[in-house]
Amino acid sequence: MTHAHAPYDDDRPLSRLLSGPEPDPAGDAGHPEPPPRVGFFTDTSVCIGCKACEVACKEWNALPEDGLKLSGMSYDNTQELGASTWRHVAFVEQTRPAPVPAPDGRTELPLAGDGGGSGADPGGEGGGMRWLMSSDVCKHCTHAACLDVCPTGSLFRTEFGTVVVQEDICNGCGYCVPACPYGVIEQRPSDGRAFKCTLCYDRLGAGQEPACAKACPTESIQFGPLDELRERAALRVDQLHEAGVGEARLYGHDPEDGVGGDGAFFLLLDEPEVYGLPPDPVVTTRDLPAMWKHAGAAALALAGGLALSFALPGRRGSR
Amino acid sequence: MNGPEAYGRNGHGSGSGSGGRHRRGGRRRGEELMVPRAEFQSYYGKPVIKAPSWSARDIAGYFFLGGLAGAGSVLAAGAHATGRPVTARAMKLSSLGAVSLATAALINDLGRPSRFPHMLRVLKPTSPMSVGSWLLAAYGPAAGAAALCGATGRLPRTGAAATAAACALGPVVATYTAVLAADTAVPAWHGAHRELPYLFAASATAAASGMALAAGPVRENGPARYAAALAAAADLAAAKAAERRLGPVAETLRTGRAGGLLRTARALTLAGAAGAATLSGRSRAAAAASGVALLAGSACTRFGVFAAGIASAEDPAYTVGPQRERLRAEAGAGAGAGAGAEA
Repeated sequence: MTHAHAPYDDDRPLSRLLSGPEPDPAGDAGHPEPPPRVGFFTDTSVCIGCKACEVACKEWNALPEDGLKLSGMSYDNTQELGASTWRHVAFVEQTRPAPVPAPDGRTELPLAGDGGGSGADPGGEGGGMRWLMSSDVCKHCTHAACLDVCPTGSLFRTEFGTVVVQEDICNGCGYCVPACPYGVIEQRPSDGRAFKCTLCYDRLGAGQEPACAKACPTESIQFGPLDELRERAALRVDQLHEAGVGEARLYGHDPEDGVGGDGAFFLLLDEPEVYGLPPDPVVTTRDLPAMWKHAGAAALALAGGLALSFALPGRRGSR
Repeated sequence: MNGPEAYGRNGHGSGSGSGGRHRRGGRRRGEELMVPRAEFQSYYGKPVIKAPSWSARDIAGYFFLGGLAGAGSVLAAGAHATGRPVTARAMKLSSLGAVSLATAALINDLGRPSRFPHMLRVLKPTSPMSVGSWLLAAYGPAAGAAALCGATGRLPRTGAAATAAACALGPVVATYTAVLAADTAVPAWHGAHRELPYLFAASATAAASGMALAAGPVRENGPARYAAALAAAADLAAAKAAERRLGPVAETLRTGRAGGLLRTARALTLAGAAGAATLSGRSRAAAAASGVALLAGSACTRFGVFAAGIASAEDPAYTVGPQRERLRAEAGAGAGAGAGAEA
């Protein structure tokens, strides 16, 4: 509703602002002539689970320690994204064969014990254990439910098309927490306010890439203009398919999906839910017009029902 | 190229796949699931979405108090207009008390209560909480003025205007809270976003008519008795419709804490409505008992719906299952089935 500077003031229905493809979220949020939208492409096929992204994020953003516990979930003792964890590396152990070729131009280091026949093969039939690793992060949705439902305007769309919390505005109402279809944003118990990945808004302003992408040693986390990342991701998935990795698929790249596409999208090697991601997330505010309509009808029904209750006894002449 | 042996190297722990498949047994108390629970995968069984950190006392309590206040203002206006002064005065006071307590609960639940005024920094139609804050900011003073004028007998014309204003805003105060809950990714709330407003409207009417029965004299309680019966019928119908819509997720309404609360709610609401329809026209004690049952039933409904939402958020099955089902239906619709489930 508030896009005075929208480059296309054509007759696009209002619902386009709530869901569906949205070519210019920053422009529609009121930024005049915004820079290109940026994001992350996280190629999990080359993630080695080093957690450098988690550490870099914690250090750069000065995030507090939020629990030192052993989870028993493979090498994942971080467990989930949260108020003080803005990058989270998932470790999935599977018994399945899946050779993944490296991208072009990458030097392969020989692995200790390679070719010695020592490789365990518990799955039999050429199968074995496969370890999926994936660095999860805020998706910076095109249609961000957290931003939509925030009652204070604390959550806002930056000129880069990302979604950021203004900590001096947030009053800790916690509405963004259940609104997020990915379970990303959270209130910090010690503080009360909500926190999440800013896509290093401070670094972007200085022309730097986000700390996690900077720290990633395998370029599993790639930062750049979203259009460019989408092209690169399509090439990578084709390359993997040609190499026989049929299960490689992109997640969150599609502007037609339930959140209008993610600003941070992924290349996965299994179904999204295996990594703890929802298979078909939808921005809840897509249905908000219907909800208001039903609430209005219910309010009228309430008033009508009570009016009837006053009319009925009167007609009978009782009390 | 690291061949498959690179993956086989750490082959111990095979079979302990974290992306393991889970099957959830879903049959309790002989209730048949309408759709068989499909197999689903998850990340170590961890929830996909985050449940709200809202406290049940504050937020479910607010749902109840907001309903009691909002519907109560309509009853108050009706009683005011039809010459039922004792009921009118009582309902105006009850609405003021309920909305004051509700506001206190809301502020108490904030992570930063001192920043409550930030709620009125902007008006955002996409945020039911923002709309609700402005609504309360308009409704609260109206309910307050109506109650004060009604109780003191001063400024009767101002009192009548305030009564009318509270009556106009009351129904929205009572039902917008359903949108507040439904406008989230919480499966049991969002999935029932069409039915929840009607359930909340019915529950609010039950609470307000219960208050009128408990606080008003027998000679004035005719409308409240009709309203109680209507509300109980609407409550049952809306709850049934929500269950039907939710499919497998409706399990969260039938089991655990939510199941207990909602069964209690149904029993109390039905007993209260039956008492209202029969004995409450003669006996003051029966009217009071029916009223208390209706109030308690409404509170149980709100706490039950709240608990069902939390349960549905905490189990990844309720997030992944319906989304997988939707994808499957869409794939089927592509083949001409056409009846794809919409959100």
